[in-house]
Amino acid sequence: MDGARASARFGPLLAGLTAVAVCLGAWQAIAALGLVSNLIAPPPSAIAASFPALIAEEGLFPRFAQTFAEAFIAAGLAVVVGTPFGWWLHAKRWAGRAYESWVATFAAAPLVLLYPLFLVILGRNAGTIIAMSFLTAMPAVVLKTKEGLDGIRPVLVNVGRSFGLGESQLFWKILLPASVPTICNGVRLGLIYALISVVGIEFLINFGGLGELIDDLAQRWETAMMYGAISFVVLTSMCFFYLTEKLERWIRPG
Amino acid sequence: MSPAAASALVVDGVTKRFTTPDGALTALEDVSFAVRPGEFLALIGPSGCGKSTLFNIIGGLTGGFEGQVRVDGAPIDGAHRAIGMVFQEESTFPWRTTLDNVAFPLEVAGMGKTERYARAKNLIKLVGLDGFENRYPAELSGGMRQRTALARTLAAEPRILLMDEPFAALDEQTRLLLGDRLLQIQQALKQTTLLITHSIAEAVQLADRVVVMTYRPGRVKRVFDIDLPRPRNSEIVSSAAFGHYVAQIWNDLREEAAKGLDESEAIARRTGQH
Repeated sequence: MDGARASARFGPLLAGLTAVAVCLGAWQAIAALGLVSNLIAPPPSAIAASFPALIAEEGLFPRFAQTFAEAFIAAGLAVVVGTPFGWWLHAKRWAGRAYESWVATFAAAPLVLLYPLFLVILGRNAGTIIAMSFLTAMPAVVLKTKEGLDGIRPVLVNVGRSFGLGESQLFWKILLPASVPTICNGVRLGLIYALISVVGIEFLINFGGLGELIDDLAQRWETAMMYGAISFVVLTSMCFFYLTEKLERWIRPG
Repeated sequence: MSPAAASALVVDGVTKRFTTPDGALTALEDVSFAVRPGEFLALIGPSGCGKSTLFNIIGGLTGGFEGQVRVDGAPIDGAHRAIGMVFQEESTFPWRTTLDNVAFPLEVAGMGKTERYARAKNLIKLVGLDGFENRYPAELSGGMRQRTALARTLAAEPRILLMDEPFAALDEQTRLLLGDRLLQIQQALKQTTLLITHSIAEAVQLADRVVVMTYRPGRVKRVFDIDLPRPRNSEIVSSAAFGHYVAQIWNDLREEAAKGLDESEAIARRTGQH
């Protein structure tokens, strides 16, 4: 690989990592100089050093498993319900015109504020967390599915019709693969929204995995470990994003 | 021209009207012509003469017209196995390699993988893309993608190849060379071909006969027999006879193209006034 190609391939990655390193360095320097209280903003080195205790004493991994199980169930339900719903909005033009803007409005609404209602209906348990996170994740899946199907070039459908494909073959052989990139974007967004929602509601209702842990650490003023747990959520979200991108390329190459 | 009984394809009295916000629009009016088995027929007309509408009608993608389209004497309604379509727009499937694109119609017909790949590879070779079997369309040039689309259509073994300006998006030199390739394929397969185009040179270079259409509503204005020697290639464009045919067709077409231009300018003026 020559220098120009290596630069084109790795340059943006290096630039991104450098920006993160610069921010962390500045934060470390500010903390070391005592410009901000270490109790409020402990230096990155202290946050990194808190991980062994987070794992050994605070049960980071079991809590991680619980949070991600809830997020996966919520996102999975959003995909199971949202993809056919998006297809319906695409296939039935009247339905698309009638309901798309409502779904978009739903996506923009701060559903998290409804948590007292869900607590009353479902109780303080994983059911509330999953139900609210499902509702948070679903609009992205619905809207992206519709967008992906709407955006298919008509000529691709005409090619299928010219070969005599029936409606089912058209869907599986052309409509679905053609819209996979956009649908995958919706699934990815749904998964991330579900994760954010799960952590947020765990935090609010003080129940479950990483959200409850972050709340608990904040109550105890264990700020280094609290930031450590938050960093862990951010890093795992990034991993999710990366892995779903890889999955999309595997499902639909080209 | 009366449609011939022994023709591979007959378009008989086809009229197509659309409803628009400005009222009814007749896109095609009583269009009739026939394509003989193994013949290469080009259909040429100015923009707005209904060429693409006719392409979609013959291919079975557009219904609600008067008249008939017949294949081997039998009227058709909808897509027909005997007709293979090559579209003007880029139509390869971006998620499939060249091999999988070409094998597509065989796959949907339920043919086994080994057999369909063997047949697809033969067609890829025929269109001059051997070595590119495992490339995705994004890794191919526009001309290569159109050849992939052509091979994919041929894979279904249509008796009639229907093409709508397949090289319109390509540069002139590539068009000439791909025209050569198309002629070789057409002659090798003795393929009945109907090419819809707005390029006079392309029509004369490739066709046995050229049907000239009027501006809206599209009607058959005249049919030219192109008596140029075969096998032909793009060198023919430098011959005097080629120039003679181009001039003759342009004489007929100029009046129609002028009508189209006048109308589009009138619409632009009206739109500008509002």
